[in-house]
Order: sequence, then structure tokens, then C-alpha cells
Amino acid sequence: MNFLPPNGALNGTALDHLLRLNLAIVFWLFVAAQILLVLALLRRASARSSQASATAAKPSRTLLVIDYTALLAITALYIWMLVSSHRLWAASREQNPTAQPVEVEVTGVQFQWYFRYPGADGVYGATRPNLVSAPTGNPLGLDPSDPASHDDIVSAILILPANRPVDLRLRAQDVIHGFFVPGMRLKQDAIPGMTGMLQFTPTTPGDYPVLCSQVCGLGHYRMQARLRVVSPAQFETWLASRETAILKTNAAAALGGSQ
Amino acid sequence: MTTPPLTAKPRRLFTTNPLALARLYLFLALIAVVLGTLLSLLMRLHRTWPNLAVPIHGAIRPEDYLALVTMHATLMVFFVLTVVPQSAFPNLVLHAQIGASRMAFPRLNAAAFWITTASLVVLLAAFFVPEGAPIAGWTAYPPLSALAAAGPGQGLGTDLWLLAIALFCLAAVASSLNLLATILTRRCPGMNFTRLPLTVWSWLVSSSLTVIAFTALFAAASMLLADRHCGTSFFLPPGTVMNGIPQRDGTGSPMLWLHLFWFFGHPEVYIAILPGMGLASSLLANFTRRPVPAYRLMVIATLLIGFLGLGVWGHHMFVSGMNPYAGTAFGFTTIAISVPSSAEILTWLVMLFRGRLRLATPMLFTLGFISFFIAGGLTGPILAQPALDAYLHNTFFVVAHFHLVMAMAGVFSLFAGIYYWYPLLTGRLMNEALGKIHFWISLIAAYGAFFPMHFAGLAGEPRHYAQLTGPVEYFANLIPVERGITWSAFLLAAAQLIFLFNFFRSATHGASTRPNPWQATTLEWSPIAHPAVTNGPYVYGPKAGPQARPQEDFLPQWEPEKPF
Repeated sequence: MNFLPPNGALNGTALDHLLRLNLAIVFWLFVAAQILLVLALLRRASARSSQASATAAKPSRTLLVIDYTALLAITALYIWMLVSSHRLWAASREQNPTAQPVEVEVTGVQFQWYFRYPGADGVYGATRPNLVSAPTGNPLGLDPSDPASHDDIVSAILILPANRPVDLRLRAQDVIHGFFVPGMRLKQDAIPGMTGMLQFTPTTPGDYPVLCSQVCGLGHYRMQARLRVVSPAQFETWLASRETAILKTNAAAALGGSQ
Repeated sequence: MTTPPLTAKPRRLFTTNPLALARLYLFLALIAVVLGTLLSLLMRLHRTWPNLAVPIHGAIRPEDYLALVTMHATLMVFFVLTVVPQSAFPNLVLHAQIGASRMAFPRLNAAAFWITTASLVVLLAAFFVPEGAPIAGWTAYPPLSALAAAGPGQGLGTDLWLLAIALFCLAAVASSLNLLATILTRRCPGMNFTRLPLTVWSWLVSSSLTVIAFTALFAAASMLLADRHCGTSFFLPPGTVMNGIPQRDGTGSPMLWLHLFWFFGHPEVYIAILPGMGLASSLLANFTRRPVPAYRLMVIATLLIGFLGLGVWGHHMFVSGMNPYAGTAFGFTTIAISVPSSAEILTWLVMLFRGRLRLATPMLFTLGFISFFIAGGLTGPILAQPALDAYLHNTFFVVAHFHLVMAMAGVFSLFAGIYYWYPLLTGRLMNEALGKIHFWISLIAAYGAFFPMHFAGLAGEPRHYAQLTGPVEYFANLIPVERGITWSAFLLAAAQLIFLFNFFRSATHGASTRPNPWQATTLEWSPIAHPAVTNGPYVYGPKAGPQARPQEDFLPQWEPEKPF
């Protein structure tokens, strides 16, 4: 039985392996404990017939030895769990941004995810709360007076190239949202007033749902978007076409403004 | 035994009699648990058949679903899983178990009940205000809970919710101060700390936790109310935009709420479960007729759980964007707390294989408690690993975890306590046959309702989703699982009707009992008003009986020690 959704991320394979191992260990411990409970029930049924089985009032040494040995064994298991998974945690969270990552800013808004690429200059333009206006096409409140904002690409779909490290900035405009990509084994909250950092490397091209995992209001359940992992060439083509479109729009707007 | 009838009105409405207060608390919790269960059934109905309309109300809108979630959790966590083990049961037996003739602060103790009642009334009023009950969940993360513009129910409904929480905190602290003072100052002669029943040790620890944790929650709720109405911004960051409209610029952070809330929230689960753990040890000793084999180990484990429980709150925040090194540290403390918990479980398992197990209904529910505590507890060390939790956080895997380890284990231990102590409430016993039917149906239905949630969680299904729609194709595969959960939930709820019938009918029709029906050793069963204690709480075993009755297999704490 495999309930986990297909994995498409570099760290996901090791994580799935460890998660399955943990689940298997815990499942068999669960079965063993429940068998002991059932045995205790059955033992009582047979003990009823043999009154003589009454043991001494003092706790039997053997049982206590079993108690403490089992406790030591399970403590060793817990320590292994902690150490083995810490490597994964360190690899995914406790590292410095890699060189040449794809940079994307994720913004959660009731009930929509927006993805912003910094454009050719590699710098995110400034945003201002009072400029936020989804109906006029500026859902993030990009400030046109900041030149760095002119080439920023805002998208409702997250497109990423395969096999390149990705550096996400997580933001939220209104309430806390949970950025959750099950297929990338990726989850972190976007908290208003803070900028979160999240790194991962998608490997398998395909479409992956992006969900909200932190209750954010009445539309929480439909706050869903899509991550599309494509080949690096397709990614560059898409980026360039969006870039051209945006520069054209900006030029038209500037022309309109000067007349 | 002269116990007034169950439904008899206390002689004075504002009674300070602990037995009367225990009954009042039980009725209060009964109202809460019935309502909380009905709300959860509505949630299950909506998840399984989204278009079904509810009589009178009509169709369940997404905001209604979230209001159901919020109120279900608040009722169950505060008014059932806290009120019964931490208020009803101690009023019923705590002072008796330590041989005290009365509580240390009877009036404070009585006041706590009425403040709790006021809290419940205020909470339920949230259903009837414009826009209805809050939708932010029982964790009420700001800014969703801080700004009325964030959604329906986030105006007056949330104000009432916060007021109810603040009142509950006052009551919980008042009640626990009384319990602490009673345990520390009113023990009868000879009742030193090595002779305390493990339930009393549990109440000592859980009451200390209550004073610390609910004080933090009271502060948090007050600060949030101030943010909403007094222009402060403890939890409001700068630059918030709601529905395209810039909100008041704050200088605070929602992270502060997360820390304060979970500093309360995690000890809260130990407040709810520690009395059940103490009760399990006591009942296992009684129904196997053998002492608790590692009394000191159990006491140390209880103290360690309480102490470590204050330092694990960050495991609710692994994916909040908290410093990842903090995640590592909280993962460590969380794994650490698994060790004393495992020590208790292993000792219970060992106890099961000593002596003869008497399978009366309280014992069955204790076995159920252990079964669920293990089932839910074992996923704890998985969720304690930040790397694994980063996938499982806020999925149905977590819902399965805490419903097994806190809700089901908690409720089964409450049932064990009620069946066991019922003679103290009414002078009669509950019906054994009905009790056993109640147990077996509940056990199977509870596993049917909560175990499959693990699979939904592994598939990545998040919590708090009013419907399973959208681009996630594999959610469709979960619909049969969801349907099975719903049917089990209905069976589980139906089984509780057997309990309610038994509970009320036995009050007048139950078999009347001998003074000490379970042949127990602890002082709540003592016929003597002012006992003096010379021996430990669990002297069971062949030939353990007092000198006058050497054929008996137990030595009550109120009998003088047998010279060897």
C-alpha cells in the first residue's frame, strides 16, 4: 500500500524512504502492543480455572527486568529516529542558499497563491500595501516608481526547471497561509510581516498541486495552485516570453502616460 | 453509604460541597460532549455528502464548516477533556484520597465552577450572534483571529470566543490553586508523598501545569482582545492588506501568538491525560490484585512528563518559519518526553501479566485507554522529527494522532473513571452488561473512525478542508476512506446512547453496592471520616489482608499496617 503521492523532488526520495521505515517500525510496535493486550485478556480467561497461579505479592524480578530492558531498547530507537532524520532536516533547512538558484517569491493572499520572478535584473521590486489591487492587475502592490519592479513577473502558476536548486521567499499579505506542495514534500507557513526562506530542487517534470495547509478563512479548501516542473530549455523560453510581454505592456503604459 | 440521588438539587445553589460540585461539573461536561459530538457529526456529514442540507439551518457553507471545527475543538478540549479529569474527578475523590475532610479553598473551588459555566454560556452565545461562530480553529492564529475583516465569525463571534477562553483560564487557575493547596497542606496523618495514590501525583503535576499554562493563555487572550479593541499590536505586523484594503499598521508579529498559544497548548494535552495515566495505574493494580511494581518509577515519569511538557511547544511550529535550529532543539525535547511516557506504558503492560485480571467494565476501559494511548502515542516520535513533520504537519495524519492519543485515550479513561467511581456518585453500580457492550462497540468504532485518517494524511490531505475539490486528483481516491470514517463516527456516537441510558438509569435502578465494591485500597472508599495512614496506596496480593481478615488480598490505606 502506498498512500504517498508521487515524489518529484531531490530530497523527497530519502525522506520517503525514512518515513516508510518509521511507519513500518511504529506499525509493528503497535501490532505487538495490541497482541500483548489481547494475550492479557486471554490469559485471564485461562487463569480463572487455575487458582494456584497466584504469584507472590512482590513484583517478579523477571518482569521488571523486561520492563527496563524494553525501555532502554525503545529509548535507543527514539535516539536513532532523532539522529537519522536530523540529517534530512539539516540538508533541507540548515543550509546556505546555493549558488545560481532559481529565485521565486511566493505570496499567499486569501485565497490565492501568487508567484513572482525577479526578472532579468535578479532583484524583486518594492511593493506597497496601498498599491495592492488585484482587479487592476497588481495583486502584490508592485511599486512602479521602483525600476527593479519593471521586469518582475507575477504568475498564478509556479513554473520551475527540473534539476536546478530553487530559492523560495515566502510572504503573506493578509493572514497566515501554509505553502504545501505534497509532491515536493515541501511545507512552510507564510507569515504576514515575515519573509520565509525555503530551498528545494525539483527533479521530475510534471504537474504538482500547491495547497494551503494553514486554515486561512472560508476559502481555505479552495486555495490551490499548480506547480509545473519543465525542462530547463522550456523554462527559459517561458521566462523570456513573459519578460517580453511585460516589457511591452510597461512600454505601452509609459507611452500612454507621456501623451 | 448515604449518597443523595444523582439528580437531587444541592441544598444550596452555590454549594461548596465537593460531591455536589463534581456532579455539576459532570453535567456541564455532558452538555459540552453531546454538543461537541453533534458538531463533529455535522462535519462528517458535510465532508461525505457536501450538498446535504441540515434541517432548520440549510446547506453547510464553507464558513459554517470552519465554525463547526472551531467550536467542536473548543468544547471538547476545554469543557470535556479538561473539565472532567481536572475538575469533576478531583472534586469527587481528591480530598478523600488524601484523607482530607475538606478542600483547602472551598469557596474558590466553588467559584471556579460558576466561572466555567459562565465561560460555556459565553462560548455557545457565539453561535447566535450575526455572522456566527469564529472560523479560525481553536488555535486562533492571528491575523485571521485579530481582524474582523478576515472573514465571517471573526467579529463578535471571535470576541465572545476570546472572552470565554479568558473566563475558562481564570476558572482553571482558581480550581488548580485549590487542588495544589489541598494536596500540599491537607493530607491526613501518615499520608506522606510516598503514600500518595498515583492519581494524586498526577493531579499535583497537572495542576501545576494548569497554573503555568492557563496563565500564559489568559495573557495571550487578553493581548489579542487588546489588539482587536484597544489599538495595540502585539500580534499585528506592518503592511497587512485584507481584501485589497490596507489594515492598521502594527509593530508586532503573529509568531508571538504561536509561541504563547503553544506554550499553553502543549502542557494542556498533559493536563488532560496525566490524571488518566494515574487512574490507569491505580485500576490496573486493583483489577489485577497486584501492587504497582515500580511506584517510584511511575512518580518520576509523571514528574518528568510535567517538567519536559513545558519545553516542547515548538514542535507545533516546525514549519512556521521558526529558526530551523530551534526545530532541532524542540525535536530533541519531544523525543525526550517519549521516554517517561514509554516507561509508564511498559509498566502497565508488565502489570497486565501479573495476578489475575478481573475484566469489569472499568478495567476494559482502562485497557482501551492503553490501546489508544499506544496507537496514538507511537506516531508521536514520527511527528517529533522536524523533517518528517514538515510533510505531515496539518494533514489528517496529525488529526489521527491527537484524536487517538488525546481524545480517545482521554475519553476512555474518563469512562473508566465514571464506571469505577459511580458508586461514590450515586451509591449504586452501573450495569455491567451494558457497560461491556458500550466498551466493545466504542473501541471498534473509534478505531474505524480515526485509524484510516492516517492514510488520508499520508496522501497529503490537509486539515480544515470543507470539501475535497480542486486540482488534487488523488483526493478523489480518498472518498471511500472518508465515507468509512463517517459511518464509524456515527456508530461511535450511537454507542454513547447506551452509556447515557446506563448512566441515568443506574442512578435509580443500579445494583446498590457494598461500601467498597471494588475492594480498593485508596481512601476515597474509606468508611472512616478521619483516617490515619500507615501504608502505601497499592498493597494488593495474596495474604495482603489486614490481621483481622488475613484471607483478603488487599490492605486498605485506612487499615493499620500488618506487622510482618
